[in-house]
Amino acid sequence: MREKLRRYLSGLRWSQLFALVATITTFTIVLIFPLYSLFSKAFVDKGGEFVGLGNYITYFQSPALSISVMNTIDISLWSTLFSVVFGFIYAYALTRTRIKAKAFFRYTALIPIFIPTIVHALGLVYLFGKQGIFTRAGLFPFELYGRLGIIISEVIFTFPQAFLMFFVALEFADGRLYEAADAMGIPGWKKLTHVTLPDIKFTVINVFFVCFTLAFTDFGAPKVIGGSFNVLATDIYKQVAGQFNFNMGAVVGTLLLIPALASFTVDRLVNSKNASTINAKATTLIVKPNWKRDSFFFIFCSLITGFFLTLVTALFIGGLSENYPYNLSFTWKNFLFSRSSGGMDAYVNSLEMAGLTALCGTIFVFIYAYLMEKISGFENLRRFGKLLSILPLALPGMVIGISFIFFFNNPSNPLNFIYGTMIILVVSNILHYFSVPYLTASGCLKKLDKEFESVSDSMNIPRWKTFLRVSAPLSLPAILEIFMYFFVNAMVTVSAVVFLYSAKIKIASIAITHMEEAGNFGQAAAMSLLILMMNVLIRLLYEVGIKAIKKHTSAKERHET
Amino acid sequence: MSFLETKNITKRYHSQTVLNGITTSINKGELVCILGPSGCGKTTLLRIIAGLETADSGQVFIDGRDATHLPPAKRNYGIVFQSYALFPNMTVMENILFGLQQKKWTNKAEMKAKAEEALRLVDLEDAQDKYPRQLSGGMQQRTALARAIALSPAFLLLDEPLSALDAKVRARLRQEIRSIQLSLGITTIMVTHDQEEALTMADRIIVMNNAGIEQIGTPHEIYHHPASAFVADFIGTMNVYSHHGVTCAIRPENIEILSQPSAHDVTAQVTTIEFKGPMTRLYSVTVNNDSELCLDIPSERAQALQLSQGSTLFLRMPEEHLVTYPVKSDA
Repeated sequence: MREKLRRYLSGLRWSQLFALVATITTFTIVLIFPLYSLFSKAFVDKGGEFVGLGNYITYFQSPALSISVMNTIDISLWSTLFSVVFGFIYAYALTRTRIKAKAFFRYTALIPIFIPTIVHALGLVYLFGKQGIFTRAGLFPFELYGRLGIIISEVIFTFPQAFLMFFVALEFADGRLYEAADAMGIPGWKKLTHVTLPDIKFTVINVFFVCFTLAFTDFGAPKVIGGSFNVLATDIYKQVAGQFNFNMGAVVGTLLLIPALASFTVDRLVNSKNASTINAKATTLIVKPNWKRDSFFFIFCSLITGFFLTLVTALFIGGLSENYPYNLSFTWKNFLFSRSSGGMDAYVNSLEMAGLTALCGTIFVFIYAYLMEKISGFENLRRFGKLLSILPLALPGMVIGISFIFFFNNPSNPLNFIYGTMIILVVSNILHYFSVPYLTASGCLKKLDKEFESVSDSMNIPRWKTFLRVSAPLSLPAILEIFMYFFVNAMVTVSAVVFLYSAKIKIASIAITHMEEAGNFGQAAAMSLLILMMNVLIRLLYEVGIKAIKKHTSAKERHET
Repeated sequence: MSFLETKNITKRYHSQTVLNGITTSINKGELVCILGPSGCGKTTLLRIIAGLETADSGQVFIDGRDATHLPPAKRNYGIVFQSYALFPNMTVMENILFGLQQKKWTNKAEMKAKAEEALRLVDLEDAQDKYPRQLSGGMQQRTALARAIALSPAFLLLDEPLSALDAKVRARLRQEIRSIQLSLGITTIMVTHDQEEALTMADRIIVMNNAGIEQIGTPHEIYHHPASAFVADFIGTMNVYSHHGVTCAIRPENIEILSQPSAHDVTAQVTTIEFKGPMTRLYSVTVNNDSELCLDIPSERAQALQLSQGSTLFLRMPEEHLVTYPVKSDA
């Protein structure tokens, strides 16, 4: 027994254990503790008395509140349906046809990612609202505010996600399957239903859940365009920020978690079964010319991108004109933001927040992934760490925001001092967007030879040195990607930070809602443009960076050969 | 004298036993090959000697000291992996210096000289500014070797160092590694699944199978006196057959073809003839009990005998080449 313990202790690498424990503890404090506060609030009354499911019964018995549940499911289902269909057709067009301008279509499809969801709704108001261009021209005889507006906004919001996931799934195809089908004389539509769709059925399920969850928990679009059509995300905001009914807020918060948890579970189940069907012998699919097919897809893609570009154009016109839509003469004055909404400070705060989120987030994610992938031993600890790392995927921003209030706003919490500061905004963003970068980082580290660490150990090189000199430089493309992901998302996020910003630290995405509430459409559009421009700039820098790395590596190859 | 020792090393992964009481002893300056099929535990044994993995029980001794609990860096060895694990973002020179920098050298010139010396030894002085991906597989392998020996380690561990290379390069590098090892007089353990590699390079071979040791001996002993049916079958080609309740084994080149039938011969019929250049391999089936036998004879002789499919052979198994085992194992 003593010998066993001695063996165990001597095998331990103390510094590695310390790093591992420190990282996982940090993550537990910002992830598990706040969630625990949220759940404990949902089952007690205002006085702190345990009431079991009492709050839930009250919630579902009040018709004004419970109708929101049906409304939310309704708009989520419809927008998911459209996003899945449109996303699939769009991705199919870019991978399995020979249409022109694929690069253009690909980047244009990403436009909605670069702007907050409130701005999607805002753009719709410019075009189809009561004074919208199309409405005034008599081309839009429908009521935008309410259900219809929310559904269209959520389609815009979720479309890029659906498109990207389908694109990845369709990008690689085993050409042999299609050649075999051709040899058997199978018609085109049957190839779609019997070869293509079965191959991506797991992606279809995933896309469905991702889109549904995003639409289900989105706050921005219903806030701007929802009118009297209530959804859960606006309810939680009204309960917490309007009526200070924290227990009811917690109840709605737990309801918001349901589709995300369902999606999370399905995703785990699906991924464990989804063994890659592409093997080394797969041949690339060669798409044959077919002008009928290509014309259809080209027109479809043009319509989608045309719509996105129209939205952006509306922002430009709105942001750069005297008094949209009555006086369209050119002016810069909308960029002189009024102080009440936070003004230019809000934009600067957003930049600071996004910059810090990207910087600290990238470092934290990468160290976290390195500890999970490149340390031997501590199996149970690492398994726990890996489980934690995926959990934020199931947490809507609203839920993170409200649980942060419960946890950090408690005066007895020693971390209470970060409440109302930039720190809590950055921490909530890192947590909210943690999982996708984590998967990128761990995927990238997995590809590096695991013997790099063994060789270093044998040469007495400390792990941190190997990390800095070998693993990190080799992962530079992934690091840039993670940085960009954090930055862009922190620029556009509303959901988590809407509960956490303070009067001193206003941020741009929230300033837009305030401008819109105050009827300052010109300024709202101008602020949206500033966000869009910054995100496009960051994306461009990323592309340039990746190109430079590629060039540098190939230069190394040519060097002296 | 023995320089490296393992005593009763046992290792389990979950319920599977990977090493079951492994005791070995390796002398100073010797090149020992650990040979066995994949999954026999040979790489795990090497990694335990390296300190990259911890044994569940048993001890490792380096130069007489108990090293069981020493971290890898304190064991003073150089290691070459199957994948070479060269840092792709560093040149050949930088790869070697990366490890050297960790030792507290008094001046940079000395460090550089040390690296250059290692490169000269593997004949890679001209490639020092190249990146690993610009090098051929063989050159990458030699870079890894240079990196391992630059630190002047007390012993060298090679984990399947040649298996990623094509046949011709492999044959040449065998000799190179062996001559470098001999010139440095460095104690070396090499893990391999390639019996030809082990036979040509090693002073002694440790044959492993199913988490245990089958035989330890010189290449000569292993080849001519395999201690078990497994070793007999694993090293080279061996005819294994049952005869009066004992398992008999004989090498194809040791079976004699008689021109006349005699009292103790075995009669067989040729089934396939394989021309292999200098030698010709005959596959045959014995007439009385249908065992398969294969024979290697010089091609000239095969031609003289005018053999064809179905030809009858009268064979003799010389006593001195016949190895017998009491019970037939699963080999």
